[in-house]
Amino acid sequence: MVLARRGGIGRYYDVNGWLFVAPALGLIALFMVYPILWSLWMSFQSGRGMMMKFAGFANIVRLWNDPVFIKALTNTMTYFVVQVPIMILLALVLASLLNNPRLVGRGLFRTAIFLPCVTSLVAYSVLFKGMFAPDGIVNSTLQAIGLIASPIPWLTHPFWAKTLVIIAITWRWTGYNMIFYLAAMQNIDRSIYEVARIDGVPAWARFTHITIPLLKPVILFTTVISTIGTLQLFDEVYNLTEGKGGPSNATLTLSLYIYNLTFRFMPNFGYAATVSYVIVVLVALLAVLQFYLARERDR
Amino acid sequence: MKNPARAASAVLTYGFVGLMAFLSVFPFIWMVLGATNSSIDIIKGRLAPGETLAVNVAKFFTQVNVPLVFWNSAKIAILATLLTLAVSSLAGYGFEMFRSRRRDGLYRAMLLTLMIPFAALMIPLFIMMGKAGLINTHIAVVLPTIGSAFIVFYFRQSTKAFPSELRDAAKVDGLKEWQIFLYIYVPVMRSTYAAAFIIVFMTAWNNYLWPLIVLQSNETKTITLVISSLASAYYPDYGVVMVGTILATLPTLAVFFFMQRQFVQGMLGSVK
Repeated sequence: MVLARRGGIGRYYDVNGWLFVAPALGLIALFMVYPILWSLWMSFQSGRGMMMKFAGFANIVRLWNDPVFIKALTNTMTYFVVQVPIMILLALVLASLLNNPRLVGRGLFRTAIFLPCVTSLVAYSVLFKGMFAPDGIVNSTLQAIGLIASPIPWLTHPFWAKTLVIIAITWRWTGYNMIFYLAAMQNIDRSIYEVARIDGVPAWARFTHITIPLLKPVILFTTVISTIGTLQLFDEVYNLTEGKGGPSNATLTLSLYIYNLTFRFMPNFGYAATVSYVIVVLVALLAVLQFYLARERDR
Repeated sequence: MKNPARAASAVLTYGFVGLMAFLSVFPFIWMVLGATNSSIDIIKGRLAPGETLAVNVAKFFTQVNVPLVFWNSAKIAILATLLTLAVSSLAGYGFEMFRSRRRDGLYRAMLLTLMIPFAALMIPLFIMMGKAGLINTHIAVVLPTIGSAFIVFYFRQSTKAFPSELRDAAKVDGLKEWQIFLYIYVPVMRSTYAAAFIIVFMTAWNNYLWPLIVLQSNETKTITLVISSLASAYYPDYGVVMVGTILATLPTLAVFFFMQRQFVQGMLGSVK
């Protein structure tokens, strides 16, 4: 017992420490730790509404045979695999271009590219739904400049609907990631770039051999954040597709499927909790994998 | 000899950055123009100021109880923000100033909760709120958001820059621990509070999934929920929807333009 040995002053110190941290820890325990353990327990239960009984691994078996779940999982992974790398690379390129002090009007460019971050996920999804309407501004512009002959069915074709979700998320989050990179670039000594330039290292090589290695911790951080965000995708898809994840589940995400299982269909809390644990496991696995990959390259 | 290559690269740079900036801003322009056009014109891709602004605004105000909806949003956001800041700054200060092995262990465990996806919490939380009789109340929306590992982390990181001489001096003067926190720490750390305020307020103002589950009657709904339901009608009136999105975006837009430095600092939060 450290407490008893320390005596009066140590005890006073320790009691104060606990008093300061107790409200936050209590709330996190009650509204995060307790529910996450409860849903783990629930995932071994089955039944309708509140009448549940122990079902062992029945829910996990059901996952394998549920084509809608497989669809939602595939869609979510597609968003993650396609969107996160595009966005991170775009944000990195923009950050290194805008970090150049000789670029005229870079403050203005930065503000403009960061601006999407002020919109709510619902507001921008609604905007995108209107802009990508069959005869909407996007299709009519693309037709006017001759890029496409007939309107793209953004909201009704499985491929284009997925593409629209990816375009929308990239619009909303690229500036957010860029800000992290710009902040980290403040700590890079500009003379490194000058020396490399004088030695004749081309711009692209400076980017891949100086910028990216030096920003690795931040890139890792933003990748983990984006991964967690993408795996939980809900607001955008719900609002672009009237809550259905259509056309024919082509945009359905795991979170939206859980919502539908719980609040739209006949509620099956046990199975929905099992699907939610798929997200928990994926987030944990991918975070570990990303940290591992970042460490490997250090050696 | 080098000049044409240089010029080409400058054109490419400005062209690319300019295009990206334009694409980033365009939806905002489109939103403002949309509010002045009829729904048909909007989905037909009209890109010019129209004459239906007054009609759209009038329709929005008759379809939606605007003062009530804004009051609901503001109440939730302000309550959530004040409580989150109070609880998290206390904890951030406590973890950094009163270090012990056990608290450091709990702190690391707490950081693990950052990886918990909300989808895995919503069913238990919904049942908990149901049992407590809090469904369809604003308390139910606010309660689960107060304990935030991320904001505790942010405050702890910022507390590292808090000069401990101030605390020692105050102790010599006989101040109690809570007095040191309230009268010295809080004023000294006000820029940290400002940045955290912005981030928590925006998150609460824009929160969607949890309010969607908990708030079921029209009297309790927030602006975000109202826009979503207007836009998911079978034939949404886009002019009206645009008026709504402008009004919903205005508070965060204003915060962004008037407090840009704290805004960005809040976004970056953990990096330093």
